[in-house]
Amino acid sequence: MTEHFPVLILLVPLFGALIVVLLGRERPDQCWVTSLISLGVSSLISFFTIIAVLSGKVQTLRYRMGGWPESDGYEVGIELRVDILAALVVFAVTFVGFVNTIYSKTRAGAEVRGKIPFFYALIQLLIVGLCGIVMTNDAFNLYVLIEITSLTSYALIAMGNRRAALSSFNYVIMGTIGASFYLIGVGYLYIKTGTLNIDDIRMVLGQNDLWEHQSIIVAFIFIMLGVWTKMAFFPLHGWLPNAYAYAPSMTGTFMAPLMTKVMVYVMIRVMVWVFGNEFVYSSQHVWGEIVIWMSVLAIVAGSLLALARTDIKKILTYLIVAEVGYMVGGSWLAEGIGQAGAFYHILSDAAMTFCLFIAASIIVLRVGDSRVNAFDGLFRKMPLTMIGFTVGALSMIGLPPTCGFFSKWYLISAGIEAGHWGYACALIFSSLVNAVIFFRIFERAYFGKISGVKEDHFPSDSDANPDIRIKEVPWSMLVPLFIASGSVILLGIMNRGLFEWIQTALKIMNT
Amino acid sequence: MKIFGLIAVLVVGALLLSATSDFPDWRDKDSPANKSPVSSFYIEKTEKLTKVPNMVTAVLADYRGYDTMFETVVIFIAGIGIIAVLRNFDGPNSSSIKRENNDEGGGLLARFTCSLILPFIQIFALYVVAHGHHSPGGGFQGGVMLGASYILAALAFGLSKAKDIFSERRTMIFAAVGIFIYVGWGVLCLLFGKEFLNYEALDSILPGDAKMARSHSMLIVEIGVAFTVTAIMFSMYSNLSTRGRLSKGL
Amino acid sequence: MDPIIATFIEENIVPNFNYWIYVILMMIGLYAMITKNNLIKKLIGMAIFQTAIILFYVSVGVKDTANIPIISHHGSEHHQMTDLSSETDSTKEIHNTIDKDKYANPLPHVLMLTAIVVGVSTLGLALAISQKIYKSFGTLEEDEILNKLRPGGHD
Repeated sequence: MTEHFPVLILLVPLFGALIVVLLGRERPDQCWVTSLISLGVSSLISFFTIIAVLSGKVQTLRYRMGGWPESDGYEVGIELRVDILAALVVFAVTFVGFVNTIYSKTRAGAEVRGKIPFFYALIQLLIVGLCGIVMTNDAFNLYVLIEITSLTSYALIAMGNRRAALSSFNYVIMGTIGASFYLIGVGYLYIKTGTLNIDDIRMVLGQNDLWEHQSIIVAFIFIMLGVWTKMAFFPLHGWLPNAYAYAPSMTGTFMAPLMTKVMVYVMIRVMVWVFGNEFVYSSQHVWGEIVIWMSVLAIVAGSLLALARTDIKKILTYLIVAEVGYMVGGSWLAEGIGQAGAFYHILSDAAMTFCLFIAASIIVLRVGDSRVNAFDGLFRKMPLTMIGFTVGALSMIGLPPTCGFFSKWYLISAGIEAGHWGYACALIFSSLVNAVIFFRIFERAYFGKISGVKEDHFPSDSDANPDIRIKEVPWSMLVPLFIASGSVILLGIMNRGLFEWIQTALKIMNT
Repeated sequence: MKIFGLIAVLVVGALLLSATSDFPDWRDKDSPANKSPVSSFYIEKTEKLTKVPNMVTAVLADYRGYDTMFETVVIFIAGIGIIAVLRNFDGPNSSSIKRENNDEGGGLLARFTCSLILPFIQIFALYVVAHGHHSPGGGFQGGVMLGASYILAALAFGLSKAKDIFSERRTMIFAAVGIFIYVGWGVLCLLFGKEFLNYEALDSILPGDAKMARSHSMLIVEIGVAFTVTAIMFSMYSNLSTRGRLSKGL
Repeated sequence: MDPIIATFIEENIVPNFNYWIYVILMMIGLYAMITKNNLIKKLIGMAIFQTAIILFYVSVGVKDTANIPIISHHGSEHHQMTDLSSETDSTKEIHNTIDKDKYANPLPHVLMLTAIVVGVSTLGLALAISQKIYKSFGTLEEDEILNKLRPGGHD
């Protein structure tokens, strides 16, 4: 039975989405219960998958779709491959989805107004797509799944107000360019190798010694460009701030922690698995230096742009841009601790962003205003929410024992070990800027006067919430916040164990 | 902006073309893609192992059936997404059928011609779905034609009459049932002990030997795809042409 | 001058002319997506862009002297069946060998069936979003939309 776990993780939310559509609009509560159950079951199965992977001999689960055996040493069908890295990311994805579904219960009716079954169906299909991306071993299947996640995101964002529709259109254009660049890269690889299975591509590239061919280099560049567009790596980040800030608050909390991090995972997999460490980091190619300096620029620009903003959601989205810079820079430094640090940062950034986005959405909901002066005096009126927000903020700044401290520590030591002082300094600079941003907010929240009047300026949460009395939100929204902040601290405490697993898995991948 | 666009386009184009220097020539039968064991396996062994002469359908529905399942999901997402973006369920225009009495559709000539042609179009579409094993065809192609026949009915007879046949609720049920058939068939294989979408597991319940089981399963799966594509094609048309109000059509 | 251009064209472009065509088409589509002001023109550029990629993949699978990838039961293979009756039953209905070079590579066709469907879905969703934008803003030109948003301020 355990060998079927990878497929079951995908199938349960897929069935959940179909059942939700069949239930229809008359039964919104049952739609919520169905998605809750399906995502809960899926995250339970992914937890058991982690255990199954760790207890196996080779620490990898392989699953052939359709059961076709290989012919002449080449895979004929599509294969799934789950090692500890994939299992961790899948668990993170399904767990964030599950917790978010709890969070969405109260606001679903008000925000999407009668389209509840479609909302939950799209959410579950998004989770299916993300899990599929992480587990697949076939390059073209990866493209189809990337498009599934993109299409659900476009639709989910466009369900909001008119600014959301415009940002979603922008996202459509840039996202299609990114996915198509990835497809071209895969096409170039296919022309030269004749197969689409990721392991077999690596095998053929090595057998025929195609490493120096111009087409392979161009394929690598285009796959990277495509994946960078989808993860909002500066300067291809133009779609992210508007799309995530103006999205309806529930969809923002689903997408912000997950989409970009899964794309970073794809980038690391393509680099280490398809092309291999010798190809990517060899000194003949000058791109290593260029990319690390671009990531330095991303970190600095993201942090400064966040500093300049006054809308809390925009601040958080620019911080996401900076965090993507950390991860790209870390993985391009050199093999070893940089890659592992970037991977650990995927998990920790998912937790931090999740925590901060939920807290920001709750505050915007209650105060009715999304600018920073909404935070005035909140420590007194909404202490529980502010505690959750504080945990996330401390993790962004990088204070122990949160996971943000440990991931920064790994990345900075990787930078120093590789001799790249620019990267290490950029990380420290970013921590300082984050400290400035968040301590300004804390100062307002502690010392400021409570703002009780809802002003009419560009609220991100534009549906009029008549209840603007500033008090705590119901438990169904606070519990997810506490789970998120708890996981931020838990990931920090468990960092040693996780880091060792990640390093072993990366070594296995590279052989 | 235009200069920046031009420069970006020229750089990307030059990069793409620089790689063509070591591509195989066009129509070369010994290129790595054409000579590879994967393609040779598809060409040489498909008919022996699955009894289906059309290699493209066999690869689509059997070897890479997992991909096709997600492709159906993509079209399903497009249908739901368009409804989610455009439809307004609690405004003043929210009732899903508005009887427009003057919605004559395309006029007398169009109605007459369509009532003659439509049955043939639909039969041909069903033929394309069913005959996908032996001629170019399959679920997607047949489904699009079937959906187009409903769109033709909507154009000729008016959207309200077409919605009597194919209301919004019904399209959603059809679409979901189509994917249910596909995924459910794969889960059936799982329940019989083999991997997901391994059709040989169903040898015991389908007529013929294990290879014919693959051929039959491909047909079932293609039917599921056709259901979904038909429903979503019609739903996309009715939402896009009325901007979500589902009142009077084009 | 002319012989140099002629030899350049003959050596670099003619054997690979399918690749040149697809790159030029793709760049036209990309240029439209980036620089055009009207939202619908951007979408048309997107359609051209994706079609060029489909063209590329399909041209990869073409072989000289190859026919469509459907195994046909016509022609001279029929009277081979009577010779096969002395062999085992399972080989009676099939041919001895299938000449790989007679059939085009089926894999790019399959991949592009999927890519076409994905392209259609993206186009449909993008058209729905642009209809929503038109309903809210009253215009489809990007600069006019940004002007309407600006007096309300942006962050």
